[in-house]
Amino acid sequence: MSTKLVYFAWVRERIGKPEEEITIPENVVTVRDLLNHLKGLGEEYENALQYPEVIRVAIDQEHVEHSEKIAGAREIGIFPPMTGG
Amino acid sequence: MTVEPRIQVQSQDFDLRSEVEILTAGRRDIGAVVTFSGLCRDEQGMLSALELEHYPGMAEAEMRRIAEIAIERFSLLGLTAIHRYGKIAPGENIVLVVAAAPHRQAAFDSASFMMDFLKTSAPFWKKEHAADGTARDWVSAKDADDRARDKWM
Repeated sequence: MSTKLVYFAWVRERIGKPEEEITIPENVVTVRDLLNHLKGLGEEYENALQYPEVIRVAIDQEHVEHSEKIAGAREIGIFPPMTGG
Repeated sequence: MTVEPRIQVQSQDFDLRSEVEILTAGRRDIGAVVTFSGLCRDEQGMLSALELEHYPGMAEAEMRRIAEIAIERFSLLGLTAIHRYGKIAPGENIVLVVAAAPHRQAAFDSASFMMDFLKTSAPFWKKEHAADGTARDWVSAKDADDRARDKWM
């Protein structure tokens, strides 16, 4: 199944694209698994996700913890800590 | 009666006076209105602009989630939150919160609550543009902002 990933701020800049559709392997179950999987996709991903613990993730536009399961997600947002306001 | 928050994510500026009027027009039960507006600083002449990026859809949704909690927690009569995106020059507005309540304490507290959660949870990111044209970077999240949020928990 294909899932839409959307990137923001320096995560977007380092990966080099604002969004993409990827097929998530079956052994990737949680958000943490997904970040580790993406890190292995190339230097730009490694560069963006070097410190996965600081990365924030939203599933279908709601914040989730890294322990959250990603099954059924239509859109996964990956971004640095927020700095609005 | 449920109070619906007014949430706006927009590139254009907002007007404080008209936003207060939208909340208070025709009302006789509101005794306190607090407005907070956040502006772009030039950091002692170092910055020419801030670039605000946002997650379209989620930015509105997250601001609405926070606003609904604030309305419930402080028994508000009205609440508006507006956040701008795009390039914003020093002196220009970035964000507005207008909170209306029967009495002042709820209005003050809820505006503060709204801003503390907005800064740490609403998906917006600031990038700095330097006045001398040199490269600047994304603004880092501050621990002080997390602490400001955590005091409400």
